[in-house]
Amino acid sequence: MRHALVAALNATCALLLAMAPAKADGSTVPEAERMAFQAFFFAKFPQVAKEDFGNGPYAVNEGMRKQWQEIMQFPPYELALDEGHVEWDKPFANGKHYADCFDNKGEGIRQTYPRFIAASGQVETLEGAINRCRVENGEPPLEPMTGTMASLAAVMSESSRGKPFAITIPDDPRALAAYERGKEFFYSRKGQLGVSCASCHMSPAGERMRGDILAPALGILAGMPIYRSDWGSMGTSIRRISTCSSQTRALPLQADDEEYRNLEYFMSYMSNGIPIVGPGTRP
Amino acid sequence: MIRALFLAAGLAMLSPPAMAATQAEAEAALAAAQAAETEAIAAKAAWTPTEAALAEARKALASGSWDAAKAAADEAQALAKLSVEQANEEKTSWRHAVFR
Repeated sequence: MRHALVAALNATCALLLAMAPAKADGSTVPEAERMAFQAFFFAKFPQVAKEDFGNGPYAVNEGMRKQWQEIMQFPPYELALDEGHVEWDKPFANGKHYADCFDNKGEGIRQTYPRFIAASGQVETLEGAINRCRVENGEPPLEPMTGTMASLAAVMSESSRGKPFAITIPDDPRALAAYERGKEFFYSRKGQLGVSCASCHMSPAGERMRGDILAPALGILAGMPIYRSDWGSMGTSIRRISTCSSQTRALPLQADDEEYRNLEYFMSYMSNGIPIVGPGTRP
Repeated sequence: MIRALFLAAGLAMLSPPAMAATQAEAEAALAAAQAAETEAIAAKAAWTPTEAALAEARKALASGSWDAAKAAADEAQALAKLSVEQANEEKTSWRHAVFR
């Protein structure tokens, strides 16, 4: 009964969203693109509730979902969360805290990252904001892919659980350009294997690639940071994206490369409305 | 006639293989491959197999295996050029993949 209701709701959403307008010259505005993007997934997975897309492969594969439910009896990211809370509360040498750097003391704001920063004219990720906070308070930046950074990101994600992604594109041509560059990255074939993000996470989402179930692009960053069994440790969004680059046999970019930040901006904007579920776990 | 054939075969065995690379050729191939890869990295288009082939070429060069070094360097250069070609092609073709 629940599945039937979800399917009917998703079908209605997909129909309404598919009617999103496009400009006469064929180009589209971000909001119309987001609606078309989401409509594609709602139509592809009519049995999946919108709120569940952040759970990636576990939302679209029943067998994996059962395994995940077992794993979540003792979530493997708990140790990182504990470490993150200790680090979050620890004062910097100047007596200030991470909380002093963020809106609302950093509570429940993860869903608004990445953000376009007018002063720099660039996109800033959550990890970038954490490192900026450190540097502004006289502390060295953290390695952005794992370790303490992932633990701090886990703390911020946990406080945003249930809050839908709310990424904004300010009325600034540089912000729109960053979105467009992120979109270009998402759809561009890369690496010796010649695949794009979209090649794996759009049409083939939910299908098997060797031993893995491909996660839908919709909501894929809502579960970050993640404890990934393949790594045996925690990783931030950028660690996962960097791993994807390697898997296509592309040489990964620097972790804070502008192209990666723009990609996160685009992907997160596409997921506006999907609730944060991180920190998460993946195979 | 038969004597001439034997003479030619004997000379061929005495002379070095026609395709053997010299140290200078191997070094030149590696330099060209590195230049191509630098271009690929600048374009953010580099591939990991190119790096692997470059490492193999450097290792072979260090051990004096000129043929192996040149072969690996040539492969690296070809891969680097292909990666740049891919990036150039994608500058426009990605638009065809966008979901609308």
